[in-house]
Amino acid sequence: MPKKKIATVWLGGCSGCHMSLLDIDERILDVAQLADIVKCPIVDGKELPEVDITLVEGSVTSDEHLREILHIRAQSKTVIAMGDCAVTSNITGMRNYFNLKEVFDTAYVNAISNDTEGKVPNHIALLKLHEKVVPLQEVITVDFVIPGCPPNADTIFYVLYEFLNDRIPNLSEAKKLKYG
Amino acid sequence: MDNTDKKRILISPVTRIEGHAKITIQLNDNGKVENALFHVNEFRGFEKFCEGRMYTEMPIITPRICGICPISHSIASVKACEMIQGIQPTYTGNLLRRLIHLGQNISSHALSFFHLSAPDFLLGYDSDPAVRNILGLAASHKEIAVGGIRLRKFGQEISERITGKKIHISGIAPGGMAYPLTEENRLALLAWIPEALHTVQMGIEIIKKFQEENEEMIASFATSPTLYLGMVGKHGEHEIYDGNLRFIDADGTILQDQLNPAKYLDFIAERSVEWSYLKYPYYKPLGFEKGIYRVGPLARLNVASAMKTPKAQAEFEAFKKINNGKPVHGTFYYHYARLIETLSSVEEAEIILNDSEITSNKIQTHGRWNNSEGIGCSEAPRGTLFHHYITDETGKLTKVNLLIATGQNNPSMNRSITDVAKQYINGNNIQEGMLNRVESAIRCYDPCLSCSTHAMGQMPLVIEFINSEGALINTIERL
Ligand code: SF4
Repeated sequence: MPKKKIATVWLGGCSGCHMSLLDIDERILDVAQLADIVKCPIVDGKELPEVDITLVEGSVTSDEHLREILHIRAQSKTVIAMGDCAVTSNITGMRNYFNLKEVFDTAYVNAISNDTEGKVPNHIALLKLHEKVVPLQEVITVDFVIPGCPPNADTIFYVLYEFLNDRIPNLSEAKKLKYG
Repeated sequence: MDNTDKKRILISPVTRIEGHAKITIQLNDNGKVENALFHVNEFRGFEKFCEGRMYTEMPIITPRICGICPISHSIASVKACEMIQGIQPTYTGNLLRRLIHLGQNISSHALSFFHLSAPDFLLGYDSDPAVRNILGLAASHKEIAVGGIRLRKFGQEISERITGKKIHISGIAPGGMAYPLTEENRLALLAWIPEALHTVQMGIEIIKKFQEENEEMIASFATSPTLYLGMVGKHGEHEIYDGNLRFIDADGTILQDQLNPAKYLDFIAERSVEWSYLKYPYYKPLGFEKGIYRVGPLARLNVASAMKTPKAQAEFEAFKKINNGKPVHGTFYYHYARLIETLSSVEEAEIILNDSEITSNKIQTHGRWNNSEGIGCSEAPRGTLFHHYITDETGKLTKVNLLIATGQNNPSMNRSITDVAKQYINGNNIQEGMLNRVESAIRCYDPCLSCSTHAMGQMPLVIEFINSEGALINTIERL
């Protein structure tokens, strides 16, 4: 079997899902036997080639995330939504109850610690936040989901390992889902 | 606005994924560097969407700000809740929290050093980027890579053995802890200590050797002096869980000592800037320009009078010699400071695990809403963290203010980048190595990526050059 290619990408999330992925500890070396990790926040930041599997953490919150996730979909045979932010928008989506201007002003204008000379961020180099945060399946077809905030490391490893061996994981049978 | 659109296309090629750190260099009429802008591209709006929720939810919601330092958010949050309730945690509850917090410090620092930085030191900055990572390190330096992975695991396991979960744990609650530590788990954690100590000491040898061999580079690398802020214990000793605050100036003179963190608004203010989603905090008495201060491992070692544990104290004495007892400004020394802290965290964890009360069941007291306002403070791996909540009389939050560790290093990260840019750029002429230098300047701060930017591993960087009329004249990027 030729070595597969994996990528992991981080959109609007807290990095907790990537930390849980790292919590597979030494098993990362087993994964590296079966696959090349071609892109991952802890491996390097080069562009995304065509890959077999991409694990995506986080929701789509901005113009850049949207562009990224469409590109990820085009490049990946299998896209896995890793964690609740990617699956439901979770905590990252909590700002959807407010309009974006209110959310902005709370942090950049009205914060108790702010002085009076600040300006609200608005620069060509900054990503443009969307009014509403959405989970991945609202903008692309997602092939598999791993719920959890973050999903347990054993679950992430199990799913990845099954896909790497061309099997479809079965979360309910494997009793891998944990609350939280 | 076609100009704007053109720029947009230039800096955002579709193949580039995850470009969260961007830099703009502004040149003046003579083509000299005027300024550099460090753009942090992340904003999630916690301050607003927590409004209207019960304050007791905060120790569970706010860890989701960051998956690398969630425990520090829980700790700062739970202290704010305790101030609202007017209660103190039980002795054992406090001890368990301290232990979990040390665990996080160990795993976060292990990640920073072994996974992200050691590949540079051991394989070389110029080695093939495809192998310059923890997996590449595992191929050539197996003991070090596996040691680092396992050191991080030890830190994470402390949480798991107490609460059943490693990341975004529940159980850190007002009044103490919701779960005790069993004797079986205590012994299992204690068994890790010799290995953990061995790995940290291996790390310390690596960094010291690198420092010795690269003295010149380190001595000239982003050394702008700043003020420093860090938590200290009653006698000025190093402290990351609970204590008061100390500010020192660039010469090491104590500006303020034993500051009660609940008074943070008296000494810290911050300013929003147009070019970044991360605000610019400063030491209020000196103002925005002069009040630049740094936090995190380097700052904590610079402000501390001593370490609490013997092995860390011995290293601390060596650290203090670097600048003859004065504050160490070289940004590169963040790495060394981080490892000294890791050593002290492992030693302190051992002391706590041997405390006869650690497995007691008296883990939590209970209180109820008493005050409308609560402020909590903790040191996070990357620096001092403040949570400030104001509630109505039913306990619902009406205002939330969060001052996050990496935010406080933001002004000096920007300054370090400007320093490097001035050194390496003259007009359109950009000297080779500039991108590496900029990147390693940022990397030293180990910016907490979700608190600020996504910048682990090799950083995708975009640098734009703007002339005095504001026109884009050049863009360089590394993907
Ligand atoms: S699902 Fe939870 S752990 Fe994962 S990114 Fe979102 S908040 Fe963080």
